[in-house]
Parts: sequence; C-alpha cells; structure tokens
Amino acid sequence: MSNEALFTYTLRLADDLLILSHRLGEWCGHGPVLEEDIALTNRALDHIGEARNLLTYAGEVEGKGRTEDDLAFLRNERQFLNTKLVEQPNGDYAHTIVRSFLFDAYHLPLAEALLKSSDAQLAAIAGKAVKEAQYHLRHSNDWLIRFGDGTEESHQRAQIALDNLWTFTGDLFTQDEVHQAMVKAGVAPDLTKIKATFDATVDKVLSEATLKRPVDGFMASGGRQGKHGEQLGFILAEMQYLQRAYPGATW
Amino acid sequence: MSDTTKREALFQAKVDSEQKIEPKDWMPEKYRKNLIRQISQHAHSEVVGMLPEGNWISRAPSLKRKAILLAKVQDEAGHGLYLYSAAETLGTSREQTIDDLLSGKAKYSSIFNYPTLTWADIGAVGWLVDGAAIMNQVMLCRTSYGPYARAMVRICKEESFHQRQGYEIMAVLAKGSPEQKEMAQDALNRWWWPSLMMFGPTDANSPHSAESMKWKIKRQSNDELRQTFIDRTVQQAEVIGLTIPDPDLKWNEATQHYDWGAIDWAEFNSVVAGNGPCNKERLAARNKAHNDGAWVREAAMAYAAKKAERKAA
Repeated sequence: MSNEALFTYTLRLADDLLILSHRLGEWCGHGPVLEEDIALTNRALDHIGEARNLLTYAGEVEGKGRTEDDLAFLRNERQFLNTKLVEQPNGDYAHTIVRSFLFDAYHLPLAEALLKSSDAQLAAIAGKAVKEAQYHLRHSNDWLIRFGDGTEESHQRAQIALDNLWTFTGDLFTQDEVHQAMVKAGVAPDLTKIKATFDATVDKVLSEATLKRPVDGFMASGGRQGKHGEQLGFILAEMQYLQRAYPGATW
Repeated sequence: MSDTTKREALFQAKVDSEQKIEPKDWMPEKYRKNLIRQISQHAHSEVVGMLPEGNWISRAPSLKRKAILLAKVQDEAGHGLYLYSAAETLGTSREQTIDDLLSGKAKYSSIFNYPTLTWADIGAVGWLVDGAAIMNQVMLCRTSYGPYARAMVRICKEESFHQRQGYEIMAVLAKGSPEQKEMAQDALNRWWWPSLMMFGPTDANSPHSAESMKWKIKRQSNDELRQTFIDRTVQQAEVIGLTIPDPDLKWNEATQHYDWGAIDWAEFNSVVAGNGPCNKERLAARNKAHNDGAWVREAAMAYAAKKAERKAA
C-alpha cells in the first residue's frame, strides 16, 4: 500500500464532510424554524469536526508538512475529491434534507465499517463519527418521512428532490484503483457491502414516507477524480477567499 | 384601598424584598406588557443578529474560525429559543411574537442593521456588540421576573465566551500584517459608536426606564452601563494596540472614569426609524426564511396530526 493511495483516500473522506458542512452552514440564520436552524448548524459542526480530523491526518500521511488549513484553503477545484452529491446547492428544504439523507444512509455504514479499518487513525476517527452519524440519519430520515407523509405539497417537493439528486448517489459507490488498493490493505470497506446497507435503509424509509425510489438511470461519477460540477468552483471561491487574498497570513 | 391598589402594593413589596415574580403570580398589566416588549425585543435581536454574523460563515479564514463561528451563531439561535419561551410564560404565543417582528411592528437591537463588511467585523461584533450586550445581560440575571432571570444566567455564560472569541480575533489581526491591523482598526472605527448606542437613549430621554427601575426589571441606568462599558473597553483596546475613534476620550482623575465625546443621536433615531444600512435586508431575510419555511412547518403539523390519529385508531 502506498502512502499516496492512503492520502488520496483520506482526502476523499474529508472532502465530503468539508463541502457538506459548508453547504449546511449556508442555512445558518435562514432555516424554516429556529429548531432546524440549530439542528443544521449542529450537523455542520459535526461534519467540519470530522473533516478537520481527517485533513490533519491526510497532511501527516502525505508528510510534506501541510496543515488542515493548507489542504482546505489552498487546493484548487481539480484537487478536491468529494462526491458530487455534497456539492449540490441547498435548493428548498426538501433538497437539503434529501441530500443529507442520501449521504447519511451511506456515511453511517461507512463509519461503522471503518471502525475495523487496519489504519488505526481512521478507525479512531470513525469511532467518534459513528455516534454522530446515527443522530444525523435519524434527523434526516424523520424529516423525509414527515415530508413524504405530510401534506401534498411536501410530498411532491420531497419526490422532486429525490428524483433530482438520485443520480449523484452513483458517485458514492464508484470503486477505482485507489479504492481497490485500500480494500486490499484492509483500510477501506468494499463499497458493494456499504451499498447493500444503503439500499436497505433507503427502501425502508421511502416506503414509510410513501415516496417512490427513483430508477437508476444515468448515474453521476467523477467527483473522486476531481471532476466536479460547476458549483464547486464557487464554493471554493467563497471559502478560500481570505487565504488566497492574504497569502501566509495568520488568522 | 381598592383591590387593585392592594394587589399593587403587595406586588411592589415582593419586588422590593427581592422575591422573584413567577408566571402565575399576579402582576400589574403594565409590568406584563413592559416585560413582553423587552423579552421579545431581546429574542428578536438574537435571531436577527444571526444574519450579520452568519454572513461570514462561508468565508471564515480557517477551519477553526469557521467551527467557532458556527457554534457562536448557533448559540444565538438557542438564546432566541429560550427568550421566546420566557415571553410565552407571560401569555403571548411564539407565533404572534414572530409575526410582530416580521410585520415590522416589534423592534430589535438596531446594531444589527449595520453590515459586517470584513472579517474583522466578526471580531468587532463579538468584542464590542456582545461586550455591550453582556453589560445589560449581567444586570438582567437579577431581574425581578423569574423565567427571564433564569434564561439570562445561561445566556450570559455563552455571551462571555462570544465576547472573548471576538476580542481574540481582533488581537490576532492587530498583531498580524499591516493590512490585517488596518482591517481591525477600520472595524473598530465603524462599530464603536453604534455599540455605545446599544445602551439606548440617555437616562433623561429613556421612555421606559423609570418604571423598569421601580419594578427591578432594570437595575442600572443606560448611562451607568454605557460608562462601565467604555471604561472597560478602552483598556482592552490599548492592550492590543488599537485606537478608540473618539478624539475627546480621556481619563478623568476626579471621576475615575473616561470622559468621552458626543453620540450622534440623529443617526441612532434614524436607524431605529428604519433607515439604517441594512434594516430592509434584515427584515426581508427573516420574512423570506419564514415564508419559504411555511410548507415545512405545515408538513410537520400535518404529519404529527396523522400520527396521533393513527395512534388513537
């Protein structure tokens, strides 16, 4: 196993959480009800906390002295390795909840599997993440059920969000050479197993929500290789602005 | 003595002997109204105050700063929640209170009608705006109305953390590059006078003050609190090498306080009247969040009703 593969894999894990946290942070002060403002900010905080642990570790694995901030603020669009799902705009609250639900249904079994990773640091980080991920999934699945089985409008909005975002779940489960090397080394789980748990969660929640599971059509990919949608550039332009405008400054 | 006069005398005796007034106790209608006005204004200020600070979450300059700012703005939402609940104990509903904000009928602290233009503004807001708010809030931990006093105890703990993190942002900038120091000084220049205005009109011109003092809702006057704030903050600015933008500011040996220049009350009145730099944006943002969220709240209610129905069946 090369350090380069472990570095890439750790960045993939970190970038999902960093970008999703950024998106959720955009809601702060604009939520549909004060309690949800607090809940979304909580999630944003959990995600950024896990991202920081992973980025710090990625910097150590790389061994070039890069810090969490160097990796977050000084990489460009093609160097970010998050899945396309998490960079999708917030849209209405149904889109935000569905985006989180799809991510949570993947993130929880992933974190559980990483508890058994041969990489002690990734296993330790997952140890903290599992508890948070359970709460996240409960939050998003409760809201999805409320929407699906709430009013006609909420049902419709949830179904539209699901149909729009479904394609991006493809990106969550692609396994390239880097991933296969990680599986072989016992660092990462085989994603077909994670996908089975994901499918079971999705089917159970959608059935309770009276929503239809979209048919797999064209499924998005490329995020893990740094081939993103146009949205990511704007996220980074905003997120990295001060570090780029004042190189080397301490904040 | 009429019944009402007797009750009022008993009420005042209770307040004078430092017993807390609780929701089910008898209270003069004007005391109730005064408190509803004050607590809901306070709640609205917490919630509207999330906007200028939330404005920098996506651009915070490090992951640590971003996490701290998220946590801070989340605290403000929590304060809004406790305070709306405290107002509800006086017989108003959260819905009505929020409607009054959205229609422009209720006020919130005018300070949040100023924009956060640079990252240093996040430091200045924590240091000065939260710092000024704490002066009021520490006093309110001993206010005569029990639920308000108890909410304030927790709020004060969190606000004092907010104030320190704001000051720390300013200290780091002031020690940084010349550009960063300039950014910090510029933020202090813009936020200083509006922060002093946060204590409200001078005692001579404060319409609600006399009654609030008699009922121990307030325990110190606007001018006293303002002076304490100035005395403390001038020294904090000196420590980090920033200059308070007031040419008349100087230590007075005789009073053991700082003398300071004149507040531009015309500006204060104009912002309160709705003509600040961001009044319209702030209310528009709150209205948009409320309107966009209507279907979400309806869905939650509809689902809860269905669930209850199924349980009963």
